[in-house]
Amino acid sequence: MSDVRIITGNEAAALAVKLSRPNVIAAYPITPQTSLAEKLSTYVEGGELRAEYVRVEGEHSALTVCISASTVGARVFTATSSNGLLYMHEQIHWAAGSRLPIVMCCVNRGVGAPWSIFNDQQDSFSQRDTGWIQIYCRNNQEIIDTVIQAYRIAESVYIPVMVCYDGFVLSHTMMPVEIPDAQKVADFLPPYKPHTEISPENPRTVNPVFFPWRRENHEGVLCDGYMEMRYKLQDALLNSFDIITDAGTEYARIFGRDHGGLLWEYRTDDADIILTGMGSIAAEATVAVDSLRDEGIKAGVVGIRVFRPFPRHEVAEAFQKARVIIAFEKCLSYGCDGGLSSDLKAALYGTGITAPIHNYIAGIGGRDVKARELTDAVRSSLDETERENRGNKTIWLNCRTGS
Amino acid sequence: MIMQENIFKINDTEYILPGNRACQGCGLSLAYRYILKALRENTIVALPPSCLCVLHGLYPNSSVKIPAINITFAGNAASASGIVAALKALNKPDITVLALTGDGGTYDMGIQSLSGAAERNTDFIFACYDNEAYMNTGTQRSGATPIGALTTTTPLLTKQENKKDLIKIMEAHGIPYLASVSPAYPIDLYEKFVKAKRIKGTRYIHIDTPCPPGWGYPVRETVRIGKLAVETGITVLFEIENGKFRFTGRSETIAKKGKRLPVVHYVEKQGRFKKMSIEQLNRLQSSIDARWNEYLKRAEM
Repeated sequence: MSDVRIITGNEAAALAVKLSRPNVIAAYPITPQTSLAEKLSTYVEGGELRAEYVRVEGEHSALTVCISASTVGARVFTATSSNGLLYMHEQIHWAAGSRLPIVMCCVNRGVGAPWSIFNDQQDSFSQRDTGWIQIYCRNNQEIIDTVIQAYRIAESVYIPVMVCYDGFVLSHTMMPVEIPDAQKVADFLPPYKPHTEISPENPRTVNPVFFPWRRENHEGVLCDGYMEMRYKLQDALLNSFDIITDAGTEYARIFGRDHGGLLWEYRTDDADIILTGMGSIAAEATVAVDSLRDEGIKAGVVGIRVFRPFPRHEVAEAFQKARVIIAFEKCLSYGCDGGLSSDLKAALYGTGITAPIHNYIAGIGGRDVKARELTDAVRSSLDETERENRGNKTIWLNCRTGS
Repeated sequence: MIMQENIFKINDTEYILPGNRACQGCGLSLAYRYILKALRENTIVALPPSCLCVLHGLYPNSSVKIPAINITFAGNAASASGIVAALKALNKPDITVLALTGDGGTYDMGIQSLSGAAERNTDFIFACYDNEAYMNTGTQRSGATPIGALTTTTPLLTKQENKKDLIKIMEAHGIPYLASVSPAYPIDLYEKFVKAKRIKGTRYIHIDTPCPPGWGYPVRETVRIGKLAVETGITVLFEIENGKFRFTGRSETIAKKGKRLPVVHYVEKQGRFKKMSIEQLNRLQSSIDARWNEYLKRAEM
């Protein structure tokens, strides 16, 4: 019998963590992550989850605790948001460089200054280039299922995984969620084996200073230099696509739910207008697509689930038939354009796909964005495309712009 | 009471191989040698980028026969907290975790994670090897640099402020064991680490660490400078166990006999103090006197 509960995104994440049985949890409170950290405390104090919970004095330490605990063989978890994630930045690089299978939830929130406690994706977007796998969830069911998958992915490829979901929109919104069976999760997640054994019998100095060139060890064997080590991280990321897809497929086989591996599609079969985005705004776009379809506009959605490594090949395939691509984004590279749009353009370059990419910056700092506003944006994009070649323009949706 | 060991009882295993990358006359090498002898094989060292990181060597070689985990500058105590939590969760209770950190990683950048770990009474030894400036990057001023010292970021006017009293800060955390040691007195150092190993909770050990290039004295003088620090009360050998203060070793003798040298004997031997003013010297002397008198009172002597 299935166990369906009506819960928030944070509770879904907490339940997923409990089912994944980490040995060590370290967290520091920040809105909107807090109820996740609190729930895990209740599980640990109440004996429902046997883990060491280190209530650290800051996010930098939260991730540091996870890094060293993972190094000596513990499965670990942490979660944060916004400036907390930025405060971890140095350690986010360190975790990936150390090739540690840490799983972290980023409950997406706008970053300061000025302060906002509300949702956008600037926080995790700004950590794009650190070497983590980033997965964006669109509802609470996907959160619980993705956190569990994240452990399997991370521990297969020795790369940390950031499971991102929108603050308040998902973290504090209740939805029906089917809770996976604990034994099945245990079978889905084999025990964690660290890549390097730390023991007195084999004393190693982990992550010492590397030189630019390769150097010989005491047996005369030429070992990697810094550049080889960094290449291996890139190589592992680019080779993780199949592992990520397989984790999703295997999960679907056991638990009966498939959220898409690298990306997901909605009514794209005959669509020539493709809406795209990450997280809950992409889910909102499916509602917009339904009403566009009612008007006879052949629209569909391609939701980007895995943002890093960026699934270039799958993206090129999914946008093959697109006449216009419209990206709704809750993050941007200041001084350039939306983070996802930049990557889409790069991925489509040289593929023969010449559809314009219209970029809408939306929902920054929690600015409300409704399905009908997405529909309006699509209509205006189409009008402009018919009248003239609009090119790759960026528009701030629902925002008073101009000086 | 500390058990009285003589030099022949010290663990004769060497954990640091000869020919490592530390400078000639390095006070840290000397201290580290005896620390590892005291803690023995079943130890994991947490270390930040620092002189210790250099001593450990360049990949793929290491000069140290004890497992060690590097971490970023601010996080050594948090790193140790992670190791401790993992060992507890994985049911490996017999391993000692040592976070060995320079003064920059303790007084300045690392104080947040250290304070957090101590407040949680994390079961580890945090040892600060205090060479009184950022020596690994070339002698820049730190919160541990004494007044009147030239550093490469106080190159003309010398440091204008007194050294921070970190031991007081650490004692305020209510941790079970604190000690101050010097590699110039290796048996005292050894005994304190042996003792600390047996205590549960956060143990803080402060290591006065003479540094020939940073302090400006000939490499053969490390032990002599370390001894002069103790003779003048710049460094005081003591331990505080559950709040109870006790002088140890040479400092105990000095306290009993009342024969403490003026700090000028220590200062005049080091190039870093060559531009120290009389006012600065007096300020240093009076802060050392005040602390010494405080210690005398606490030791009820």
